[in-house]
Amino acid sequence: MYGDHEFPGKLFIVEGIDGSGKSTQLSLLQQWLRREGYTVFFSEWNSSPLVKETTRRGKRKQMLTPTTFSLLHTTDLADRIERHIIPPLSAGAIVLADRYIYTAFARDTARGVSARWVRELYKFAVQPTIAFYFRVPLEVSLKRILSARAALKYYEAGMDLGLSDDIEESFELFQGMIADRYEEMVDEFGLKVIDATRSIEEQQNEVRVIVERELADVPKRPTRYLDFLEV
Amino acid sequence: MQSRPNNHAFEFYGEGLPAVDLGELRGRLIVIEGPDGVGRSTQVAMLKPWLESNGHAVLDTGMTRSALAGKGIKQAKAGITLGPISLTLFYATDFADRLENEMIPALRAGFIVLTDRYIYSLIARAIVRGLDASWIKACYGVALKPDAVFYLRANVSDLIPRVLSSPTGFDYWESGMDIHLGEDLYDSFVEYQTRMLSVFDSMIHEYGFEVIDATQPVEPIYRNLQHRIGRLLRDL
Repeated sequence: MYGDHEFPGKLFIVEGIDGSGKSTQLSLLQQWLRREGYTVFFSEWNSSPLVKETTRRGKRKQMLTPTTFSLLHTTDLADRIERHIIPPLSAGAIVLADRYIYTAFARDTARGVSARWVRELYKFAVQPTIAFYFRVPLEVSLKRILSARAALKYYEAGMDLGLSDDIEESFELFQGMIADRYEEMVDEFGLKVIDATRSIEEQQNEVRVIVERELADVPKRPTRYLDFLEV
Repeated sequence: MQSRPNNHAFEFYGEGLPAVDLGELRGRLIVIEGPDGVGRSTQVAMLKPWLESNGHAVLDTGMTRSALAGKGIKQAKAGITLGPISLTLFYATDFADRLENEMIPALRAGFIVLTDRYIYSLIARAIVRGLDASWIKACYGVALKPDAVFYLRANVSDLIPRVLSSPTGFDYWESGMDIHLGEDLYDSFVEYQTRMLSVFDSMIHEYGFEVIDATQPVEPIYRNLQHRIGRLLRDL
């Protein structure tokens, strides 16, 4: 648990508030790694098909408490780790994850869940090779998000925290709380901070340089799991 | 507000739940634990009307009955698609949903909550599947310490005829077939339930179980439980 694993593969994850540009960066990284001949597997937060249906039901009916919200996301990650992360890592592949345990630590503690408890819950998680944190001022990320999408959702905006009756204002306050939590975790978990106010190209170059240093022992020719990985 | 007897106060096992005032919980939490086929649900079905006839409001609840996660767990088990960590956490979700949305509101309203299994079965299942005991116990740090845990205890040899007389016989999960302990359901059932019993037994002292000999017929077990529960509820 928590870094006790030793795998031939590598796990790179991206974190940051909504609108930090982390998904764009991860997608560019994925394309580059594939082109370089690595076997790459991509895993997204809250995407386990089995758990997703329960999460959707809970969100639709607004029946989630901070604790069950937290536990459902833990279940989701556990399913993906057991099914989609550990097998490729064992096969010597590169796994990329859009959001990881730090998202849970930031959101769940903002909702009032005990920081110690939620860190304990995720002890089964594989320690990432590098955890990138895309740091961006709130005004910048909010402008990106609020101009680009139609409607904010209830839990996404943190409406369950009762911060404000106005969904946009609630979202802004919630994002601010999450950003504060990320900043606190930079030292605790050794997050690699990327200045996300710079151009997309500059950020990507920095990310690639950091990732490349970790790839010395990673085989470019996949050994097994090839068909499974190229979904 | 009605006053709570000052000799009674709830505690959490660990970190607890956010935004719950334990001082508001006026009811009692009673757990019936024990292995598959030991007769827990029969006792719960008898105890509930008895308590109600004595003027207590009763909430009875049990595993995978949560509005949130119950359905998902049943689907997952039907397809046998979850790994041990995921299944353990899915059960924890189901438990937390029932704790927060059923048990705690009922305790706040002064109900007797009678639960068929609690965290101990879930902890035992996880430990038998090789998961880290201190991790799973910390996960259940959100749980309330019950007023009493009655552990209906029987040996595996006592369980077999009861399980076989149920319409479904040996169940895949009750036999631990997911962890490949034996060639067939019977071998696996014996090995799995033996391991479960040894974990249950190891929890007697740690969690203060009251052990009830469940090799007896239904009636004496019921009278025994009535006696113990009656004593527990004297000050209500």
